[in-house]
Amino acid sequence: MLRYFLSRLTSLAISLLVASVVIFLVVEVAPGDPASYMLGLNAQPDTLAALRTELGLDVPKPERYVDWVTGMLSGDFGMSYTYRTPVAQMVADRLWVSLPLALLALSLAVLIAFPAGLFAASRRGRPGDIGVMAATQLGIALPNFWFAMLLVMVFAISLRWFGAGGFPGWAEPVAALRALTLPAVALALPQAAILTRVLRSALLDTLDEDYIRTARAKGLSRRQALWRHALRNALIPVLTIIGLQFSFLLAGAIIIEQVFFLPGLGRLIFQSISQRDLIVVESVVMLLVFAVILVNFLVDLAYGAVDPRLRSRA
Amino acid sequence: MSLLEIRNLSLSLGPTRILRDLSLDIAPGEILALTGESGSGKSMTALATMGLLPPGARTSGRIRLNGTDLLSLSEARMCDQRGNTLGMVFQEPMTALNPVQTIGQQVAETLHLTRRSDPSMTPARVQALLHETLARVGLPPDRVPPTRYPHELSGGQRQRVVIAMAIIRRPALLIADEPTTALDVTTQAQILDLLRRLVQDNAMGLMMITHDLAVVGQMADRIAVLRAGEIVEQGPTHDVFAQRRHPYTRALFDASRHRADLHPVALQSPLLQVRNVSRDYPVKRSGLFQRRRSFPALSDISFDLRRGERLGLVGESGSGKSTLTRAILGLDPVSSGTITLAGTAVRTNTPSTRRHMQAVFQDPYSSFNPRHRVSRLISEPFHLLDNAPTGAARDAAVAEVLSAVNLSPSDADKYIHAFSGGQRQRIAIARALIIRPDLILFDEAVSALDVRVRAQILDLIADLSRRYNLSYLFISHDLSVVRGITDRVMVMQAGKIVEQGPTEQVLGAPRHPYTQSLIAAAPRLPDPATGGFDAARPAV
Repeated sequence: MLRYFLSRLTSLAISLLVASVVIFLVVEVAPGDPASYMLGLNAQPDTLAALRTELGLDVPKPERYVDWVTGMLSGDFGMSYTYRTPVAQMVADRLWVSLPLALLALSLAVLIAFPAGLFAASRRGRPGDIGVMAATQLGIALPNFWFAMLLVMVFAISLRWFGAGGFPGWAEPVAALRALTLPAVALALPQAAILTRVLRSALLDTLDEDYIRTARAKGLSRRQALWRHALRNALIPVLTIIGLQFSFLLAGAIIIEQVFFLPGLGRLIFQSISQRDLIVVESVVMLLVFAVILVNFLVDLAYGAVDPRLRSRA
Repeated sequence: MSLLEIRNLSLSLGPTRILRDLSLDIAPGEILALTGESGSGKSMTALATMGLLPPGARTSGRIRLNGTDLLSLSEARMCDQRGNTLGMVFQEPMTALNPVQTIGQQVAETLHLTRRSDPSMTPARVQALLHETLARVGLPPDRVPPTRYPHELSGGQRQRVVIAMAIIRRPALLIADEPTTALDVTTQAQILDLLRRLVQDNAMGLMMITHDLAVVGQMADRIAVLRAGEIVEQGPTHDVFAQRRHPYTRALFDASRHRADLHPVALQSPLLQVRNVSRDYPVKRSGLFQRRRSFPALSDISFDLRRGERLGLVGESGSGKSTLTRAILGLDPVSSGTITLAGTAVRTNTPSTRRHMQAVFQDPYSSFNPRHRVSRLISEPFHLLDNAPTGAARDAAVAEVLSAVNLSPSDADKYIHAFSGGQRQRIAIARALIIRPDLILFDEAVSALDVRVRAQILDLIADLSRRYNLSYLFISHDLSVVRGITDRVMVMQAGKIVEQGPTEQVLGAPRHPYTQSLIAAAPRLPDPATGGFDAARPAV
């Protein structure tokens, strides 16, 4: 397992290095002047020159890359051009909303999907299975903002159990969790539907395997064979999807953030793109890339924990 | 009193009748062989006894084990019987084990499941029973630790694990469904020996399902011959083999002993020349700073195949047969040495030599694209030719080869799913023949076929070799097949050719110890006159 861990860790480090070079090249070295792009068509020449100096565009490129990377490593992401505040602080504030929201939504999705998937797979072709499949079809087809509006109407406006939007900050943990509940549910439902279907079909594939028949022949009931032998073998595709979903939820919640007035990463990216604040965009993109690579690393480790063949192949 | 008593068992799956009015008995300590061709209902009889029939199966009749009618038991009661009084071993050891659990966990699982109801099953006792059972099946825990995963074991070892799982609770009846079909002859001999010993030691009944009459003759006390869901003949092994009352039994028996009629040929100039061919595969480094080692799949192989010659290649799995086949076909590069076909060097990615060689592979079910018609499948090798026939000439060529393999030219418009396994193998041969190659490689080409179909295909190959003056390399793990269809044979072990010579001489009076062990391990068919084994007869 240690060798598997080290080999995955090496690949994580290499991916990060390559990603940082690619992002740097795309944003900084691509043809066109970032400063004039950020300031628009009617920029004054002296403002442009000032911004160039501020962005460090007058320094040679390799040096700029090293500065950028070492800056990030020490927590210095530069200053936002629009807001004149450190990018690190802005991103950290938003991350404190987006990260808990993504984790909450993903946990909810897993909590819904596992029982639903196991239930459907154990009743292949019977009414229970057909019911679950119809529900997941609906969950995938309906957009999550529609769920969000529905949830606001029922639980915020009619029942008044939750607020309709806004975020009070983590100084009041209970209020903060309450503010994230409805958005997390709205985000989780479509993901749960996808995950249910993936788990069900992975389980059904596994249930056709010879070793399930062996398990049945030695006296396990259908249910025992499903839990003891099929579930773990069906986890690989499910883990892959969970990894993808987490990356998506971290930055892809922009519509839900908009519906619930949440100050999350999605809205930050949207605002900085519309304000052409390249420094923020660059930093957030690097952060997201880092998150995706880290999640993939964790998913790889989970694969290794689930399947001994992968460990020994490393 | 019999242990298992099946009376008038009928079984249908949807509209299809699988078993009709089947009756048989197995006594404690008795081995009953259930034999017949694929689709005759052998496995369904086993699954019916285990209560593991596919959904939608309808049964009538009685299956009594120690007086309990299994067919009337509830699913929960049936789960108690399985593993406890009934054990089962399956054909494919590579897929019969859960890849993510250790073998110890899997073997001991049923014991852990009984711990709730049986207070005597303490963890220490489970461990002791596990170690004892693994040792009994030839996997002593000090040499093969129970913490191993299935992928760390060989095929034979995995089959021992499956047997350990089936017998750990000492069932009264063991059902073994083709338990050695996927194994090499020497491993097969060991597994058959193990099963026989377990039957004796435990006074266990064994229902042994096999298509291989030689295995039947060696193992069984009694035989039941199954055809299309009906038992056509049953009785003591000796009597059935000696008398062969039913025509179907006779046909099976004759087909098992069948030798194709090879016409004598005058050998001409060398066609395929293999000189000092080696092929190494890199092995994973054992540590970061260890030297990279390599595994020699082929070492210093040299031989000639002359025009008109019918050459055999035998060896167990892992001996390098497939690597050599792939190298000759130019599908894989060699590490050193040369392969030439009619004077031209064979290299990967050179169609110039490939048009002179074609291959027929083992599995008639997965080696065809199911979305193409037979005419397209067969005429595919034409793309190797510079001036391939088109239109009517192409259709005529397809019709001609179809007739040559005893199919109808009208079959050209059908899809592959419309054909049986034997017919598919004819189509594969037609595909190989259509560009009139100089050399055909038959890679385990009859291994997946039933005996009667196998005999027909072997006759077809012999017939084609006469009509088209074919030269071929016939690769097989089955010595008896190679004996009937080749003039000369090479025996391969661990990447080397250890013995070669005229087929009758090598297989009749083997000199190399490996060839001798292969022949000793191969099950023998009983003598047709007496039903017993004739010691003077050669083994294959």
